[in-house]
Amino acid sequence: MRRNRTTPEVNAGSMADIAFLLLIFFLVTTTIDTDRGISIRLPPMPEENQPENDIRIKERNVMKVLVNANDQLLVNGELLGVKELKRRAKEFIDNPRKDPNLSESPTKAVISLKNDRGTSYNIYITVHNELKAAYNELREAKANADFGKPFEKLNEAQQNQIKDYYRQVISEAEPENVGGV
Amino acid sequence: MVTTVMRQTDLKVKVVVPQATEIQKLEKKSLVSYIYIGTPTETYRAKFGTAPRIQLNDAFASPNQVIEFIEKERAARSEAEVPLLTTSIKADKEAKMGIVTDVKQELRKCNALKLNYSSSKRAEVYN
Repeated sequence: MRRNRTTPEVNAGSMADIAFLLLIFFLVTTTIDTDRGISIRLPPMPEENQPENDIRIKERNVMKVLVNANDQLLVNGELLGVKELKRRAKEFIDNPRKDPNLSESPTKAVISLKNDRGTSYNIYITVHNELKAAYNELREAKANADFGKPFEKLNEAQQNQIKDYYRQVISEAEPENVGGV
Repeated sequence: MVTTVMRQTDLKVKVVVPQATEIQKLEKKSLVSYIYIGTPTETYRAKFGTAPRIQLNDAFASPNQVIEFIEKERAARSEAEVPLLTTSIKADKEAKMGIVTDVKQELRKCNALKLNYSSSKRAEVYN
C-alpha cells in the first residue's frame, strides 16, 4: 500500500505580517537615550532680609578652585593642570597622612569653586566632573573597604552611611567679571 | 554610522555638549525641561549674530524669560510633579560661563534647583 509521504509544512503565510507587527511595535516603543549629564542641586536664593550668617570655616578645610577667563586653574594659590585636579581633591578630602594643611576630616572638607564669566563652559564641566570623580572614587574605595562590595551594590542605608562620610560639598561662589570678556 | 535623534523642538542653536565621565541618566523624560545655549545656526546668524544665545522651546530668549518658561513648564504638570521637575541645560562647550551663570541665577530665583548639565560620555579618565 502506497502512502502519501509528503512532509507536512508549517503554515508560514502569516509570518511576514507577524514580522511587520514586531517591527512596528519596536519602532514605536524604542526611545533613544540621549539625556545624560552631570546632575547638581543649586543652592536656594538667599531670602532678602536674611541676616548674613557668616559661617567661619577653617582655612585648612577649604580647597579653593579658581578658574579664570583663560581656562587656567588656580588651586589654593597654585597653578594646576586639570588632569591633576582629581588627585589633589582626593588628597585634600581624605588626607590620609594627616597633613596639617589639608582637611581635618572628609566630613569637614569643602571645595569652593569660583569661575569667571569668561570661563568656557567646557572647562567648567571638566572641573565639576573631576571633583565629582574624586568623591565617587573615594566612596567606591570606602565601600570596598567597609563592606567588601562596590558602592552600587550596597543597600540604601549603607550607601547613605558612605555618602555622609564623604559628603560632597562643592560650593560655588557668585562669578566675577575679572577676565574682561 | 547614521543615527537618528528625536527632538521635541527645532534647534536654532548649535549645541555640542561637553564630555564627562561622571554622568547620570535623566530618570523621567516627561519631568525634564530643556534650556539650550549655543551659537545661532547659519540661518539665524544674520539676525542674531554669532554670540551664544539661549533657546527656550522654539524661540530665542533672554535670561529674564527663563522664569516665565519655568512657570509655564510647572503649570503644564500636576502639582505633585512640580518638585520633581529637572532642568537640563544643553549648552555648547564653546559657550562662556557668563550666559550659563545668568540662567543659573534665574533658576535659583524661581526655585528650580534640580539641574543637569547635559554631557556625553568620555572614555578617557584623567588619572
